[in-house]
Amino acid sequence: MDFYLSAILLGLAYCGMGLGIYITLRIFNIPDITTDGSFTLGASVTAALLSQQYPIVTALLMSMIAGSLAGLATGIIHTRLKINPLLSGILVMTALYSVNLSIMGRSNIPLINTANLLQLTNWFQREQYNWLLLMAIVALGLWCLISWLLKTDFGLSMRATGNSETMIRALGVNTDGMKVIGLMIANALTALSGFLVCQFQQFADINMGIGIVIFGLGAVMMGESLLNALRIQSIPLRLAGVIAGCILFRIIIGAALTFGINPNWLKLVTAVIVLVVVGLPNIKRRAGN
Amino acid sequence: MLNLTHLKKHFNKGTPNEVLALDDCTLTIEKGEFVLLVGSNGSGKSTLLNLVAGTYFPDEGNIFIEGTDVTRLKDYQRSKFIARVFQDPMAGTAADLSIIDNFRLAALRTKRKTFKTGVNDSFKMKVSDRLSILELGLENKLDTLVGKLSGGQRQALTLLMSVMDESKILLLDEPTAALDPKSAEKIMKIAEKVIQELNLTAMLVTHNMHYAVSYGTRLVMLQQGQVIKDYPSVLKEKLLVTELYSWFERP
Repeated sequence: MDFYLSAILLGLAYCGMGLGIYITLRIFNIPDITTDGSFTLGASVTAALLSQQYPIVTALLMSMIAGSLAGLATGIIHTRLKINPLLSGILVMTALYSVNLSIMGRSNIPLINTANLLQLTNWFQREQYNWLLLMAIVALGLWCLISWLLKTDFGLSMRATGNSETMIRALGVNTDGMKVIGLMIANALTALSGFLVCQFQQFADINMGIGIVIFGLGAVMMGESLLNALRIQSIPLRLAGVIAGCILFRIIIGAALTFGINPNWLKLVTAVIVLVVVGLPNIKRRAGN
Repeated sequence: MLNLTHLKKHFNKGTPNEVLALDDCTLTIEKGEFVLLVGSNGSGKSTLLNLVAGTYFPDEGNIFIEGTDVTRLKDYQRSKFIARVFQDPMAGTAADLSIIDNFRLAALRTKRKTFKTGVNDSFKMKVSDRLSILELGLENKLDTLVGKLSGGQRQALTLLMSVMDESKILLLDEPTAALDPKSAEKIMKIAEKVIQELNLTAMLVTHNMHYAVSYGTRLVMLQQGQVIKDYPSVLKEKLLVTELYSWFERP
């Protein structure tokens, strides 16, 4: 039971990153590898600030700003230098490894006796329940925010940018600028997840972001196959699907661990799960023909 | 209204594939004129249209819209003046957006896209009204994703969307090239109707000689990047399709 509870908790903590990946992958058709770096960036900024006794709000804001700057870097490399978005992301991710190390000053910062979100949330006796409610509130807030954003005129232009660049430029939208803004939003959301996970685990580690983008891509696609099966088109429900995908993915990984899979194999398991989710529709289609 | 002066445009400059697409091309178009552009492949028609739209910039020469020099304005900045319909029927609409969302963006062509939600009942009524002109039954399918429609339907939408917001110039680059004859005829009829009703200045590229003689108020022919024939309305009316064909035969 506890195991599943913490899987759900982590799933909710990761949903900021999931929504960010939805924006880059599904709205702009960019698989944004920066995510690996900006997740750790969010965590390292949080750990560095909290261990120096800065308040939590400062850590939250600074980590999101740092994340958006990482997105800005990828966006500018992609749109100005016309470099493939995948490569732009890898470049920034690689550079961020050094940035994160220098922010933290070492490869790992434990957070003991520092400010923690739990101090603000004394709703239940059990710590886990406080976390659950807190993460659920954050997830709900993000869901409302992104659902609203994508419904506005600005959000429609974002969606059209990934869809038909010719059309939306003819309708007066600077598509390069739009992509940069999209990457900034996505990486700020990813850094927010880094902030939450760092708080929850009470440490930041230079390697905590490795492969996280695969988790995010998998979660987005898992949520999508769920909704496609139900033939749901509406954007808010699709976003809810992303959140469901994040939780589901964590539960699957949790289950794999309880079945006695060696934690060393965890990344392989993650990659295989994503491969199955991505590959299955294609295999089905081929069988259908 | 639209002044093109001494436009010159090379592609692949400095490489063995260098092409001179437009060579000192000068053209003035008055307000309310509906210009049909004809010419062989590679004569520079599409290049001319794309220069006006700002897809790319000329090497030499200038473009003025109502006296304003727009030569160095980017395409998304020129959308204040210009609406476009593309050769690819899929290019003018966003497939994953609903019909109503596509129209919302079109209605904001000259305006800023802010954090407002603009799709309300009165807007839906307005779009529904406009769509009924098409007689395609789309007026009751506002929430349908555009990707589910046919090429002809999408081109018809693009055309209507182009007049959702005020525009001075309408550019149509072979709008019917990818459509079946019936849909093509319909698109041309609708185009003529909106251009006349809204008194738009329009340029339409076509390879269809029947369209070239029966639509528009002026006929311009390009060859090797230059204007070689320019028929105003009066002369154009007497023009026969066979005569037009013969223009293409001369070297």
